[in-house]
Amino acid sequence: MVRKPLPMNEMPNTVEKVTDMTETKIAARKVQVYYGDTHAIQDVDIDIQAKAVTAFIGPSGCGKSTFLRTLNRMNDTIDVCRVEGDIKIDGEDIYDPKVDPVQLRAKVGMVFQKPNPFPKSIYDNVAYGPRIHGLASKKAELDEIVASSLQKAGLWNEVKDRLDGPGTGLSGGQQQRLCIARAIAVSPEVILMDEPCSALDPIATAKVEELIDELRENYTIVIVTHSMQQAARVSQQTAFFHLGILVELGATQDIFTNPQDKRTQDYITGRFG
Amino acid sequence: MTETTLSPAPSSAETPAAPAKGKSLYALDKLTQKRNASETRFKAYGITAILIGLFFLVVLAVSIISEGTPAFTRTVVEVEFAVSQEQFDDAEKQLFKTRAYENLFISGLKQQLDESGVTVPFDEAAIERLLGKPGNTIRSFFRENPDQIGQPVGFELAASSRVDGYMNGRVTRDNIVDSRFLMKSDLDIADALVEAGIIKTAFNWNFITGADSGVDNPGGAGIGASAVGSFFMMLVVLFLSLPIGVAASIYLEEFAPQNRITDMIEVNISNLAAVPSIVFGILGLAVFIQFMHLPQSAPLVGGLVLTLMTLPTIIISTRASLKAVPPSIRDAALGIGASKMQAIFHHVLPLAMPGILTGTIIGLAQALGETAPLLLIGMVGFVARGYPDGLIAGFTEPNSAMPAQIYTWAARADYAFYEKAWGGIIVLLVFLLSMNILAIILRRRFERRW
Repeated sequence: MVRKPLPMNEMPNTVEKVTDMTETKIAARKVQVYYGDTHAIQDVDIDIQAKAVTAFIGPSGCGKSTFLRTLNRMNDTIDVCRVEGDIKIDGEDIYDPKVDPVQLRAKVGMVFQKPNPFPKSIYDNVAYGPRIHGLASKKAELDEIVASSLQKAGLWNEVKDRLDGPGTGLSGGQQQRLCIARAIAVSPEVILMDEPCSALDPIATAKVEELIDELRENYTIVIVTHSMQQAARVSQQTAFFHLGILVELGATQDIFTNPQDKRTQDYITGRFG
Repeated sequence: MTETTLSPAPSSAETPAAPAKGKSLYALDKLTQKRNASETRFKAYGITAILIGLFFLVVLAVSIISEGTPAFTRTVVEVEFAVSQEQFDDAEKQLFKTRAYENLFISGLKQQLDESGVTVPFDEAAIERLLGKPGNTIRSFFRENPDQIGQPVGFELAASSRVDGYMNGRVTRDNIVDSRFLMKSDLDIADALVEAGIIKTAFNWNFITGADSGVDNPGGAGIGASAVGSFFMMLVVLFLSLPIGVAASIYLEEFAPQNRITDMIEVNISNLAAVPSIVFGILGLAVFIQFMHLPQSAPLVGGLVLTLMTLPTIIISTRASLKAVPPSIRDAALGIGASKMQAIFHHVLPLAMPGILTGTIIGLAQALGETAPLLLIGMVGFVARGYPDGLIAGFTEPNSAMPAQIYTWAARADYAFYEKAWGGIIVLLVFLLSMNILAIILRRRFERRW
């Protein structure tokens, strides 16, 4: 079958920088997030590499999910939340008044902690994004997008015979992969994953992790996780957050074997958190 | 202590020493007994409450049905006779034309009595007491259908309300007082007519399809016209309050910023739901009729007033059902780049639909049963004298509504109208029930989409 062409800006990358991984996709500088009077994120500077998996780890309430949600402006939906500082994706400030958050979210997709398929058919779940963004003009094209998205999400073989069945009727792990397929269907460049495996059993988790590893080839992935093993398994870059501060950022290997900061060391050795 | 645990199979005499092992599961302690007792008591309260409720429901249903069913039957006098062309011409020439037709009728009646072999003496006055003045009905029939002249025509004439009462047991020989309405001797005539098969009880279609009659003619009263008024009013209420209510609640729930102004609006909507309906009635009178000069007594105005009354109910229930849609669905839609409106209209609203429909049907049911505001804007029962001609006229022509009609009947002196009021309640309940069934069917269809 014919593969859907990738978005323009991903084309040149595949040529040379697959192994290098030094290109920065998202650059954040001096990011502050406030919930009302609470200063939830303080002075976060981070560069997220393109076509790699970046893991955010840290104890509960450290702000890693909050920071993740600033990257596609999902925090806009919370009235009291205020974001300051600079977040640039491919050099464009995503908090610029010219930027429409809806357009941003098509470029920066999101997978949530709890699998949340729409109460519709499997097909409609995946087709919804392409439909509202006008990615397919014909039914055949839409079918093509749905099929390729489900294939990329590794769900195709399990659901190809029941695309009209309800998405909510799948198992938890399948539902989560359906949500990933749904996110992929709109051809995003970045996929944000907020603890995507926390509601799944180990086998489903393994499948999703495998999938993340495959997706890295085409997408920039940011994943928030509570499991340090998971961070170690799937990510190339790890950021450790603590009390709203980005404590340490580095190659995953370095963070887990040779942390620079005492707090990081304490956390990964299980002394707190 | 160890001894007891080690000793094999302790005899029953030794069991008191068992506490060492901890409490037995077989013996209920005081606290558990108390808890169980209070649970049993609470269940008993609940069952009693339900039984009381059921009792009153049954009493209500039985009394409505027993009091209301006579309204659906009517006593008719069936007489078949022919009027020749000469008789017709002759009658038309007379000064008292209806009297002439009455005489024709009476001779027809006599003939029919003779045929059936029942003899009973009666005079014109008695017939008038039994049947009102049938002459007019007969005359207008022949004037409208001149081709029927010369052929035998069967007439079904409504008996007077006293005779009707005699037939269904309301009026008896013991409680009757001789009056110009009915004499004791008339009952003999009635009995004879029953024996001859001339007086019959028939299903009163006129009650369902007819319009309100004058105070002196309960037999001719029907609820049809005011049911049509209610129907048009419900159309206005549905097509105004549902879109306005849903739009308002979507805005308040999903878009409006959380600040003091929206808080104020919220509190006031809840307050509005508690405003007595008659207040809305006087508001409608002042604003819609006196200020905007909309037609008086029109279902349009009634619908507008009831819309105001229904809106808070719909807004409150719609907001509650929007709130009940899990936020993860909104996140999912927003996360793949749906706009807020797309997320709401494609995902949230369909899921909230069953709840919205429930709220709407409760609001409509309230509006359907509302009487007080309608009386203020002139939709009283006696206005419903006929069907509106046409769709637009249905909204703008003076009409009444079922509850106002029932109220008007209940206030009338003739006991037969009281019966009509009960019958009207049955029709109202049937109307309401079919509305509810429709809503349940609609809700099922929405719910089936998982």
